[in-house]
Amino acid sequence: MSTFLWVIYPYICLAVFVVGHVWRYRYDKFGWTTRSSQLYESRLLRIGSPLFHFGMLGVVGGHVLGLLFPQDWTDAVGLSHEAYHVIALAGGIPAGIAAVVGLAILVYRRRTVGPVFSATTVNDKVMYAVLGTVIVLGMWNTVAGSLFTIGGEYNYRDGVSPWFRQIFWFQPDASLMAAAPVGFRLHAFLAFTLIAMWPFTRLVHVFSAPLGYLTRPWIVYRSRDERPGRGTGTRAQKRGWEKVQ
Amino acid sequence: MRPMAQMAMVMNLDKCIGCHTCSVTCKQAWTNRSGMEYVWFNNVETRPGLGYPRGYQDQEKWKGGWTLTKGGRLTLRAGGRLNKLLNIFSNPRMPAMSDYYEPWTYDYETLLTAPAQQNFPVARPHSLISGKPVNIEWSANWDDDLGGSLEHAAKDPMLKGIEDKVTFEFDQTFMFYLPRICEHCLNPSCAASCPSGAIYKREEDGIVLVDQDRCRGWRMCVTGCPYKKVYFNHKTGKAEKCTFCYPRIEVGIPTVCAETCVGRLRYIGLMLYDADKVLEAASVEDDHDLYEAQRSVFLDPFDPEVQREAERAGIPGDWVAAAQRSPVNALINTYKVALPLHPEYRTMPMVWYIPPLSPVVDVVKDTGHDAEDSDNLFGAIDALRIPVEYLANLFTAGDTGPVDAVLRKLAAMRSYMRDINLGRDPQAHIPAAVGMTEEEMYDMFRLLALAKYDERYVIPTAHAEQAHGLEELATDCPVTGYDDELLDISGPFGEGSGRGNATPVAIENFHMLQQRQTSETLVGGGSSAGRVNLLNWDGKGAPDGMFPTSRADRPGEDEAEESGS
Repeated sequence: MSTFLWVIYPYICLAVFVVGHVWRYRYDKFGWTTRSSQLYESRLLRIGSPLFHFGMLGVVGGHVLGLLFPQDWTDAVGLSHEAYHVIALAGGIPAGIAAVVGLAILVYRRRTVGPVFSATTVNDKVMYAVLGTVIVLGMWNTVAGSLFTIGGEYNYRDGVSPWFRQIFWFQPDASLMAAAPVGFRLHAFLAFTLIAMWPFTRLVHVFSAPLGYLTRPWIVYRSRDERPGRGTGTRAQKRGWEKVQ
Repeated sequence: MRPMAQMAMVMNLDKCIGCHTCSVTCKQAWTNRSGMEYVWFNNVETRPGLGYPRGYQDQEKWKGGWTLTKGGRLTLRAGGRLNKLLNIFSNPRMPAMSDYYEPWTYDYETLLTAPAQQNFPVARPHSLISGKPVNIEWSANWDDDLGGSLEHAAKDPMLKGIEDKVTFEFDQTFMFYLPRICEHCLNPSCAASCPSGAIYKREEDGIVLVDQDRCRGWRMCVTGCPYKKVYFNHKTGKAEKCTFCYPRIEVGIPTVCAETCVGRLRYIGLMLYDADKVLEAASVEDDHDLYEAQRSVFLDPFDPEVQREAERAGIPGDWVAAAQRSPVNALINTYKVALPLHPEYRTMPMVWYIPPLSPVVDVVKDTGHDAEDSDNLFGAIDALRIPVEYLANLFTAGDTGPVDAVLRKLAAMRSYMRDINLGRDPQAHIPAAVGMTEEEMYDMFRLLALAKYDERYVIPTAHAEQAHGLEELATDCPVTGYDDELLDISGPFGEGSGRGNATPVAIENFHMLQQRQTSETLVGGGSSAGRVNLLNWDGKGAPDGMFPTSRADRPGEDEAEESGS
């Protein structure tokens, strides 16, 4: 069972994540959008959305630090275990709170503002449920596990982190996760579920972060003939009908 | 010099009767879809008035267009690149649905299913957003014809500085109509605002378009456009804007709004301009200089050097010829009667307007004086500062000089032509008073009053060697099941997602259109499901489905009636 949960399942999810994005990009470029609902309501969005998104950027940064950087590295630069935890909590808890509060505002808005609610699809609702649960479990692990050490102290950098890194060397040790507290196991399991759902939800807009905007010229000129990656005309070129050079 | 070609339009406001035909046909052709209910690529505003969306010209509030930094550098008024990215999660300056209006439909079902009763059943308005009954409080034309002007027109941002002089009493108010489409600017701030780079300006004809596959719905363009002519499709989550009917322009027929204009007040033609000079012209310090600065960007298509450079830049010879015949070029550069709308936004707009003389004429007429006498009109233009200053706020950033000059030319034309029409001797001193010769004056009259279809619309077709790039040319089997697919446009990942759900822009191909355009006979069009594709309609005959079939043609109906009677 633990082999399935912590070896097979993550790989299935990651495969779906990668292949799914490629497929979605090719199948549904038109549907690849933030599907913003700002036109319907902007007062609550103005508070909730930046709070959530900037909070999430912090949370993701924290995960990179905690999961991808081995404990040896922080030890090597002379950062003690305690000091690391102080830094992690000082950064993680405000970011986490911002994300949770932002999400709460956004979900409240989605439920109570009529037009926004009617623009919410089943797909969205399922995604919000999983995303919300993952975030709440993550907060619980941080607050209960590290801050108040409810249920004993657990150093995830000895368990979860090595396992997570091993996934990318293709040698995950399932026993590392099996030994982790239930909160961490649920968080990891649902997070991989979310990763598998990712390409099929509106979350794809994360990969459209327009960083190129900082460097491109103000005005884009394009020839009638150029449609990068596609044929000309409204529809994609069909195989065998490519234009003659 | 880097010559580029630009499709441009001039509208003669004296001729606009405010019938909204352009708006309606444009909507039929482009925005009669869900998510686009509130969208008017073309709208007609009554001035003075609030416009659509409400008060869009107040850039203190909406922060559209460009502005100069203290150092004299051009920058987006809504903030630079970093500022845009930091505000990407929630755009602080985006108009809300309430600034447009909540679109609605009526509950017609009630009328059809109501039982016999004492009172007439009423079709109540229902919101197209929430589906609930709504109280209609605003629309795209709520203040049409100065309706509620005491309350609404007084808030017109363009009355700033002259509000104390304008009294909103109906008998004293002047009024005219302002039809608006996207300006297809030389320096489009919507394109500059787009984080994804989805909005682009076409190299060939300068039409500004949104790549629907690249747009990610960041909504910055809505803020960036000072004319508020980029709209957010709230169903698909993508920005959409006026396309200058490019599938029609490519085959040489005018835009739907121009084609269907009852007053024939729109002119379409090419302008050649020097792309290297745009930035410099848009950055001149004084707002009053922007009109002349923009004119200085245009290139004279008769100049041999311009022709040589145009050839080097790949502009086809017949396009240069079309630029020479361009009515737009004549109105902007030869007669100098067309002015840009809000040059102070520094976007270098390319839909220009001939300001209306009629407010002045009306006043002179009302005083009992001869409203076609040049001296009376010249005197009135000098005396009637309110209409002139108002027009200057719209067209020259408040500089009354160019507006005065245009109105004097129109007034001179009016009285000069009266003498000719009445068989009197034409008076050469009238054109001379506005610096024109008699021939020039007559030519201008011809263009403004008599010009036929092919003089008003000089549109060079896109080239056959480029034809593979035309939207019209589908290389695979055209339009199978197009109308059936329309019935269900909700995709797996939200409205319009998935392959095959995007509605093709044009469903007829290049050759069919050309055939229709040149054929002598009436050609039907339209489709089986009763939808009429106005985008491809060229005024020849009635397409199938435009009118309901007559009773006699309907099968089965006669029998039913017979058995019933």
